[in-house]
Amino acid sequence: MTHGHDEVFDDIDVAPGDEHVEGGGVGLRILGYLTGLGLAILLTATSFFVAGTDLVWEPSIPVALVVLAIAQMGVHLVFFLHITTGADNTNNVLALAFGVLIVILVMGGSLWIMANLNHNMMPMDQIMQMQR
Amino acid sequence: MSTVALTDTHHGAAIRDWAGAAPKRIVTGYGFWIFILSDMIMFSAFFATYAVLLGQTAGGPSGRELFDLRNVAIETGFLLASSFTCGLASIAADTRSTIWFQLAMAVTCALGLGFLAIEGNEFASLVARGAGPTRSAFLSAFFTLVGCHGLHVSAGILWLLTMMAQVFAKGFRADIQRRILCFALFWHALDIIWIAVFTVVYLIGSAI
Repeated sequence: MTHGHDEVFDDIDVAPGDEHVEGGGVGLRILGYLTGLGLAILLTATSFFVAGTDLVWEPSIPVALVVLAIAQMGVHLVFFLHITTGADNTNNVLALAFGVLIVILVMGGSLWIMANLNHNMMPMDQIMQMQR
Repeated sequence: MSTVALTDTHHGAAIRDWAGAAPKRIVTGYGFWIFILSDMIMFSAFFATYAVLLGQTAGGPSGRELFDLRNVAIETGFLLASSFTCGLASIAADTRSTIWFQLAMAVTCALGLGFLAIEGNEFASLVARGAGPTRSAFLSAFFTLVGCHGLHVSAGILWLLTMMAQVFAKGFRADIQRRILCFALFWHALDIIWIAVFTVVYLIGSAI
């Protein structure tokens, strides 16, 4: 029996959502979910606090909220969906990256073009006058 | 489960030389992952619509007057806790512990139903106050986006109950394990979408 190559492959794929556990037992996995839960609660509480406070410069609040939301999505992806940077996860990460690209194009593109149209549109009373 | 499958491949060196199709668990999970990403793209269109129409209240009530952030915080807590118990159910399925699996799934179901009850209450009170989806473009976008998420949660609960019944009737067969994997992906993905909902719809929506 001949072996074409004898390298040890560590990059065996993992199904999305599955955890690559190295010798870790149930306790370690529960700890992972608890960590995710703790971080998520922290970020959620911060979001609600920032939204209701007047300690922060007001125009910065929407930006802060979006940043906190993206951070929490990252926490959920890592601790609940187990999307990692490991070699066994390359396929899952690439699919996610493509999805994120489309989401950014759809949302950013819509907001941009609609804001632009809004900006360039004549005020409604002037349009009404032209139609007379 | 993959944990088992991985250790198997680590011990059996001969398997590595065989470059065949990926295991069915990976193919199924990956395919469902693609579906979830496409679902998120659909939601992104609804989010874009909502963001564009946020100010178009047609003289009607705005988010600041309508949204009750205390309710939203409770909903968020319910969904977050249910994501955690869903994770515990995944671990129980991996260790083939029927009791813990059914218990964790039952708690997940209860939390999901609690979430739906609060959301249904909110929708009913909005409609009763004359702020239904027909009132303004803003409210149409609001009901479409949040209602679509609520429909996903409802579908998830039906799926959850199906999985409890299938584990009860058939045990942790490989195909049932794959369905549990997909269900867990779906449920966690719903929680991720809810992060965007409470941030964009409620927190930013009530600031404007």
